Amino acid sequence: MDVAFAWLTRSFAFLVFSILAAILVSLVIGSQLTLEKYGFSFLWTAEWNPVTEEFGALVPIFGTVVTSLIAMLIGVPVSFGIALFLTELSPNWLKRPLGTAIELLAAIPSIIYGMWGLFVFAPLFQTHIQPFLIGTLGHIPFFGALFAGPPLGIGMFTAGIVLSIMVIPFIAAVMRDVFELVPPLLKESAYGLGATTWEVVWRVVLPYTKVGVIGGIMLGLGRALGETMAVTFVIGNAHRLATSLMAPGNSIASSLANEFTEAVGDVYFSALIELGLILFLITTVVLALSKLLLMKLARGEGSQT
Amino acid sequence: MNPVDASNPLYRSRRRLNFFLLTVSGAALLFGLFWLTWILGNLLYEGGNALARATLYYQMTPPPGGDGGLANAIVGSLIMVTAGTLIGTPIGILAGTYLAEYGRGGWLANATRFLNDVLLSAPSIVIGLFVYSVYVAQVGHFSAWAGSIALGLLVIPVVVRTTDDMLKLVPDSLREAAMALGCPMWRMVMFITYRAARTGILTGILLAVARISGETAPLLFTALNNQFWSMDMNAPMANLPVVIFQFAMSPYEDWRRLAWGGAALITIAVLLLNILARALFRKSQ
Repeated sequence: MDVAFAWLTRSFAFLVFSILAAILVSLVIGSQLTLEKYGFSFLWTAEWNPVTEEFGALVPIFGTVVTSLIAMLIGVPVSFGIALFLTELSPNWLKRPLGTAIELLAAIPSIIYGMWGLFVFAPLFQTHIQPFLIGTLGHIPFFGALFAGPPLGIGMFTAGIVLSIMVIPFIAAVMRDVFELVPPLLKESAYGLGATTWEVVWRVVLPYTKVGVIGGIMLGLGRALGETMAVTFVIGNAHRLATSLMAPGNSIASSLANEFTEAVGDVYFSALIELGLILFLITTVVLALSKLLLMKLARGEGSQT
Repeated sequence: MNPVDASNPLYRSRRRLNFFLLTVSGAALLFGLFWLTWILGNLLYEGGNALARATLYYQMTPPPGGDGGLANAIVGSLIMVTAGTLIGTPIGILAGTYLAEYGRGGWLANATRFLNDVLLSAPSIVIGLFVYSVYVAQVGHFSAWAGSIALGLLVIPVVVRTTDDMLKLVPDSLREAAMALGCPMWRMVMFITYRAARTGILTGILLAVARISGETAPLLFTALNNQFWSMDMNAPMANLPVVIFQFAMSPYEDWRRLAWGGAALITIAVLLLNILARALFRKSQ
């Protein structure tokens, strides 16, 4: 009995251990057709034509990366501010309710973000904010091309904004947790020398927790890259390579959500599964890196950097 | 001149920078809370009317332009979330038990812990794709079982993580005491450490349920959707997230209203589960 139970738990641990490998293998098998047909050129082909059965992943990869970068540009500073407020500024009685409220942002299902983004945020963005952005930033040479085009409401920029709201709770939670790992002695020493709160955070807390902060950012990035429903609602689902952030685009996850159940033909299917494979590889690398960084900090090596 | 004196211009500018940046930090927090209240407020406003109509709970999803409710989707979601939890929880608890009780620092335990954390944040749409490839494509049709398996796969990492963490909190002296009395290891785990970590593990299960209740992406390729009442686990089954997705993206006003109702329903359920889990966890501490 004792041996049986030990063996049982061990085999289930092994099952969990092998899930990721099983996903990888199944996706590779599923995308064999296009893997053989295109090889690596699949990655930089912009063509996506189900009729002529010509497929390339450039547009969805581009959309995924661009929306995630926008999300990071907005989400990281805001998360840092929130973590800073929760660890250094907030009175103790407010810490828990405020922290919980921010964490609840992560609990809201992603489809809700999508609906809200499409029906509430996009129209407001289109009529109030977008014309302003296009009118001001759009006239700057070179850089302006990013903001050119008609105000459609939906598009890659909107998707990036919605994504940024979704990743804030994840990044802020990690940052708050690692900030609390800083030995009070270090902070008190800096305060004792006359440092202001900001200087303590910027010169003592941040260098000490650098590794963990980057880990938290990577975790948020991993989430943003793979987010499906919220992006599908607001990105506009257009298979074209646009230079403007305001233009509709497509991400890997939203292509899958939109096209998978309607796909006909083996090549089409295989191309979509290969998209899934690419997404899986990117997110797994990013998340594994994030985990490694956080483990490094947990082992107490953060102080050496 | 005293370096920390209000008459020192350098110190004054440092103080100003400090004040400015701390204000920005407070603004960041308000920024986060602003979205939370906007999204939730809007959801209740739009969904409130739909929620108040009794037909939402006993009529089927209607054809375009028709009158109806979400009864089949609500029941379908309940069935699949229950089945997914039943599939994922035992696997998660047993694997977590290995990590905390048997494997501890061994290579399998460490590697599993690492991969499990990656799995925890892996895109759920990839899980759907996986279940499609290994199950739906093999049997040749979409089904509620496939949806339940996909949800179960999402439950596993959450439960493994919390079980592992919670069992690790149980003091070793408790284990040693049981062992010293001649208790075999499996009885010790079953009757001593599980009992000590009970509320913590339950919290993990509740959080997992909350997570899968709102998941849409993995169900798109597995359970699909069903316009009619169906209790057949081997057939496509209606479920709230996919119905919301389809109805919200449609041009029909009635469908969109129902989608808002469903969205409000899911969000309320998910937030209540989250708050319950938190309250439970706090009690156990």
